[in-house]
Amino acid sequence: MPTRPTRKPAPARRAAALAAPPDDLLSRLSNAVAVSGDEGAVRRLILEAIHGHVDEVKVDALGNVLALKRGTGRGGRVLVTAHMDEVGFMITGFDSDGALHFEPVGSPEERVLPGKPVLVGAQRLPGVIGAMPIHLLPADRRKTLLKASQMRIDIGADSEAAARRLVKLGDRAGFATEFAVLGPSIAGKALDDRLGCATLVELLRGRPYSFDLHAAFTVQEEVGMRGARVAAFAVDPQAAFILDCTPAYDLPHSDEERENTQYNSRLGLGPAIYVADRATISDQRLIAHLQRTADQAGLPYQWRQPGGGGTDAGAIHLAREGIPSVSVSVPGRYLHTPVSLARADDWRHTLQLMRAAFQAWTPGVLRRAGR
Amino acid sequence: MDLTAFLKELCAAPGISGYEHSVRDLIRRAWEPLVSEVRVDPLGSLWATRHGSGKAPRPKIMLASHMDAIGLMVTQIAGDFLHVTSVGGIDARILPGQLVTVHGRSALPGVVAAPPAYLLPADAQEGVTPLTELIVDTGLPGDKLAEQVKVGDVVSFAAPARELQGGLLCAKSLDNRAAVAAVTRCLENLQGRTHVWDVVAVATTQEELGVIGARTSAFALRPDLAVAIDVTHGSGPAAKDLPDKTYPVGGGPTLTLGPNIHPALFAAFTALADRLEIPHTIEVTPQHSGTDAFGIQVAREGIPTMVIGLPLRNMHTPVEVVSPKDIERAGRLLAEFAAGLTADYMDTLKIDA
Repeated sequence: MPTRPTRKPAPARRAAALAAPPDDLLSRLSNAVAVSGDEGAVRRLILEAIHGHVDEVKVDALGNVLALKRGTGRGGRVLVTAHMDEVGFMITGFDSDGALHFEPVGSPEERVLPGKPVLVGAQRLPGVIGAMPIHLLPADRRKTLLKASQMRIDIGADSEAAARRLVKLGDRAGFATEFAVLGPSIAGKALDDRLGCATLVELLRGRPYSFDLHAAFTVQEEVGMRGARVAAFAVDPQAAFILDCTPAYDLPHSDEERENTQYNSRLGLGPAIYVADRATISDQRLIAHLQRTADQAGLPYQWRQPGGGGTDAGAIHLAREGIPSVSVSVPGRYLHTPVSLARADDWRHTLQLMRAAFQAWTPGVLRRAGR
Repeated sequence: MDLTAFLKELCAAPGISGYEHSVRDLIRRAWEPLVSEVRVDPLGSLWATRHGSGKAPRPKIMLASHMDAIGLMVTQIAGDFLHVTSVGGIDARILPGQLVTVHGRSALPGVVAAPPAYLLPADAQEGVTPLTELIVDTGLPGDKLAEQVKVGDVVSFAAPARELQGGLLCAKSLDNRAAVAAVTRCLENLQGRTHVWDVVAVATTQEELGVIGARTSAFALRPDLAVAIDVTHGSGPAAKDLPDKTYPVGGGPTLTLGPNIHPALFAAFTALADRLEIPHTIEVTPQHSGTDAFGIQVAREGIPTMVIGLPLRNMHTPVEVVSPKDIERAGRLLAEFAAGLTADYMDTLKIDA
């Protein structure tokens, strides 16, 4: 895709807009299907959404959207990223009866696949992953999980030829869930990481900061942070903030006597700041800056429990000679399933925290010793 | 009636077994203009009678399709989450990740989820997470949830209907709203036609809990003949290795043979389908037919009963798939049969040929 012509930044939105982020954009981002390596649908939405709000924008060799919002002062160069891709499937074969074979891309939860609607290919062809009726299922198989290799996608085609007319080998498929608001919560597919994408779009739409904000909407995070690696190399920033969606396992323990101590993050407690995950030790100066900002602004935040998992920071902090990085996530339940669920307030507070942290940013942040 | 639009409307209604009112209202609205009288029986089944042209007391054929759907029921409110049990037969494997509607004080959207293994009892950590360990998340915090939901509230699937290739329709609760649509089509086909017999369309309740509404309706209506119209297993990608138990979707309705079915009635239906060149397959049910026929057949002094099946994939999941063509064909076959019944038909119906 060619580089977009630049336009003058639009007038900054009123502060009141902060309280009500554009749910419609998030809804459209969530409903779009962008399985790793095939992010076009989300890329198009993002290019459209940031058009006129950035000074430069280009799509790089892997499909990352790299946008620059020039700063007003000497704040240096800061990279802010969110990944566009989501977990899903790739069509790997055809049965004679028209059913489609598929393999997972990224790590969708295999055990949730039976009995789910999907969308196949760029034309969003409706399909379903069926399930053997319980009436026909032998008792000894009722406790056995199915593997993706045993499942098929049924688009209603009645022959291989009919299926091949509509679907190509290698087409992607994704969950078909429509975005919805559930009281104080939001539910949809791929909130990991369309929440991050929506936050980053909003950060670009606001008033410029003192530093050059290099935004990277990355590809292929779910298959090994591949877009982020080249984006970080290309931008060569002095610091990086990674906006993602982290699992909230804040569910009760089946044994009521026992506390769930491995919740990773919890809904309703605000943005989850990473200290350490499987791939990255967050930069302590950046952590301190976020904490100080949140405390001063009276914004809620939580520490994501250190441990497994990872974000694009895993690739970014290793780019070139090394880039101080920190990840901030909106907590989300049931990620990598057809329906993830997050609190709208956690998302709003994440946007508010990032905006406040950027407004308070000076290169001095990186000169301070860690806390 | 636009069949696909009507099916989508019927399937969108919850109508969980024992809580059929929402779907009953839709069916009543569709049937009322097509019949002479409509009643609701004490257990909630809907009766719609087209009077025949014969001399009273006229013989009567009952066309039974159950309107209830499988679902879930709240057993416990645990903080922000609900625990549920099943209403009807549900495979726990298909539940995690399903969109549902919790019918509390208002209809609350929600999602079924399986907690991570480390939060489960040791014996539930591997394999399929049992229904007792699954949770429903409405996105509401616990205090708000407790205001809205109580133990015993029903939960329905919420996946919207979708059209697949080849004209196939995918929706929740096509078991058995597909058959309700077939009976509706039959009533339409009878419009403007003379039929000697009374034709009583019955949308029965609680079939999924053990053929409840059909028993009481058959007792009360005391029909001379009955046909149960229900879905049957369609062949497809998820039920491939069972050729003897699955029937082609789009290959026409199944005409069913087995102990619940009167053999002469079966023979009459197959002969009629052959004569009218209505595509069909023969289904065998060696024991319980799994339909309302099981209850109707033994009502009062016994009722000659027939079963017509509509092949459907992924039964008892929210992604059931049918061919509307099969529904059209079943509706036509039923209408032709009912219209062809003569005043003395019962004298000709013999158990032994």
